[in-house]
Amino acid sequence: MYLGIEDFWVFLAYVLSLLAALLCVIYGVITWNKGDEPITDI
Amino acid sequence: MDFLTISTVVLYLMVVVWLAYKGYKGTRSAADYLVAGRNTHPAIMALSYGATFISTSAIVGFGGVAANFGMSLLWLSFLNIFVGIFLAFVVFGGRTRRMGHHLGAHTFPEFIAKRYNSRFIHVFAALIIFIFMPLYAMAVLRGGAEFIATTFDIPIQVSLLIFALVVVAYVIPSGIKGVLFTDALQGAIMAVGMIFLFVWTYWNLGGIISAHTQLTEMKTLVPASLQAIGHQGWTSMPKFGWAPAGADAAAAHQYDLWWIVVSTIVMGVGIGVLAQPQLIVRFMTVKSQQDLNRAVVSGGVFIYLMVGVAFTVGALSNVYFFKHERIVGKVVNEQVLMDPGASGNDPLKPVPDDAPEEVKQRAKAFVAYRLPGDNPMAPPRLVLKTPNLRIEKGAEGEWDVIRPGLISVARTINGSTTMKGNVDQIIPLFVQGALPRWFGIIFLLTLLSAAMSTLSGQMHTIGAALGRDLFEQFRPGNSVLLIRIGICVGLMVSLGMGYAVGGNVIAVATAAFFGICASTFMPVYLLGLYWKRPNARAAIASMVAGFVTNVFWMAFVNAKTAASLGICAKIFGKPYLSSPSWSATWNVVDPLVVGIPAAFIVLVVWALIDRPMDRKHADYCFNRAAQA
Repeated sequence: MYLGIEDFWVFLAYVLSLLAALLCVIYGVITWNKGDEPITDI
Repeated sequence: MDFLTISTVVLYLMVVVWLAYKGYKGTRSAADYLVAGRNTHPAIMALSYGATFISTSAIVGFGGVAANFGMSLLWLSFLNIFVGIFLAFVVFGGRTRRMGHHLGAHTFPEFIAKRYNSRFIHVFAALIIFIFMPLYAMAVLRGGAEFIATTFDIPIQVSLLIFALVVVAYVIPSGIKGVLFTDALQGAIMAVGMIFLFVWTYWNLGGIISAHTQLTEMKTLVPASLQAIGHQGWTSMPKFGWAPAGADAAAAHQYDLWWIVVSTIVMGVGIGVLAQPQLIVRFMTVKSQQDLNRAVVSGGVFIYLMVGVAFTVGALSNVYFFKHERIVGKVVNEQVLMDPGASGNDPLKPVPDDAPEEVKQRAKAFVAYRLPGDNPMAPPRLVLKTPNLRIEKGAEGEWDVIRPGLISVARTINGSTTMKGNVDQIIPLFVQGALPRWFGIIFLLTLLSAAMSTLSGQMHTIGAALGRDLFEQFRPGNSVLLIRIGICVGLMVSLGMGYAVGGNVIAVATAAFFGICASTFMPVYLLGLYWKRPNARAAIASMVAGFVTNVFWMAFVNAKTAASLGICAKIFGKPYLSSPSWSATWNVVDPLVVGIPAAFIVLVVWALIDRPMDRKHADYCFNRAAQA
């Protein structure tokens, strides 16, 4: 049993969903002031 | 429906109208109407992307599916966040924004047409969107309208019309700016509603580990019909394997559930999202990569709150219904017999006193009851009677208490369903029974917002496909006026479909559109962002191959879609193609699992054997995109 969940693969999906949301937050914070300049050029 | 609920909904609609008016006032040109002047705030873009992506069918439809199939659906929640947000924004969004901006593209068909320099691609992509997106819009329209009809106790035909007209009334004048502003409000309401649902559910089931453990211990209650296709409990994956050719009926279908969950639900929606035209166009509404980076934060959290919560709560609703549900009302009859028909799956009908013995033998017992405030002249409500059901009779003048002790899907069986129940009713029933009454109003706004935000994005995309991508190709004119006409036509087509179809089409229609888009557009869109070589001929061959493969599989091989379309039955006299010489598992594999690889292979092989894309045009497309 993993956190009360019987199957490791279901537990993995439960944890990966949380980690994916956390990855989005961390990536966004790290790159908050990075990125190209707006295109004015065309 | 009390005064507080009605006044809350009216206030909500007034704020939506005000935001749409702000969008209308800020719209000066076709670029404003189509891509919001490419100057949208990242938080508004992320909320709009999420709210457009998540419709009522994601919360109610797929939440109900999770109640039936279990927490294995959390793989879809992982893909929705990792693929639908992280990869989409970080890997593909930046290049889409830059290339789209540089090429002067305002819509998805225009984007891929200019990338491959092909008018055929422009018209073909627009036609696919215009013909098939109303199918998806119909599913969302139907989902929203069914919910409104139940809540406000009005006929479904009336709620379909009201819902469609309210959305179109603000999309037509205000364009994408109105859609983005209203989406942001609707997304914020959805987030608040789902956070509360998440916390309340775990809190009332004794915490995270306790709730999961109780659900795990219920695996002996899985219905035999689900066990036969591989259901092993609500906290386990379904049984995995590939049925041997010529196997008997029991062996042939023992892996069906794994393929339904993984190929149709998880991959169909989880990967199919990368090729959704109404979402891709959102990348072209922000002004820099920095904005996309910032949008990832709110996008990832928002999608987790939507699908992660809906699927977890959906599965855990089984614990609530089985162990904790108390219906406070008046028992009218403790033994009502309902006939499920000779097949056992017909709509339930009351058993008359003079019915043949055979009918009485197969009939199922129900308890009839009325809730406080129910009309005493209306037919009573029904709940399935099993050995677990307990009735605590109240004293004279007091209410009785019924403890049904059922799993979620069994709790939805009533006089208007079959013995299979209706998974779309599980989440609304759970909210109505388990959560405080005031939360019902918040949840009502959450679902209204989910349906309105998705439908507004669809209508805008359908209108742009008809007005900008088709009409303007053959008869240039006032772009915005043509798109507005396109939205009206799209509305009428979707509404016509909504009236023509029955219930239980929401998930099938949604998956069908995601599959068609993924098979047709995904290779040319994703490879087109990173690989200069494919020319227009390779792109056309890939799109046609993906589209034809997907539609063929839908119409003739996949048991569920082929049976509901009925084309195979008309031509071959059987609902779908099957043979003892091949595995029955093929008939539950989703069309997209075959269509996407076919389209990728055709694009890569054709690109390698044909001349590369004209160098001058390729450089023109990529010079600036490569900087992203």
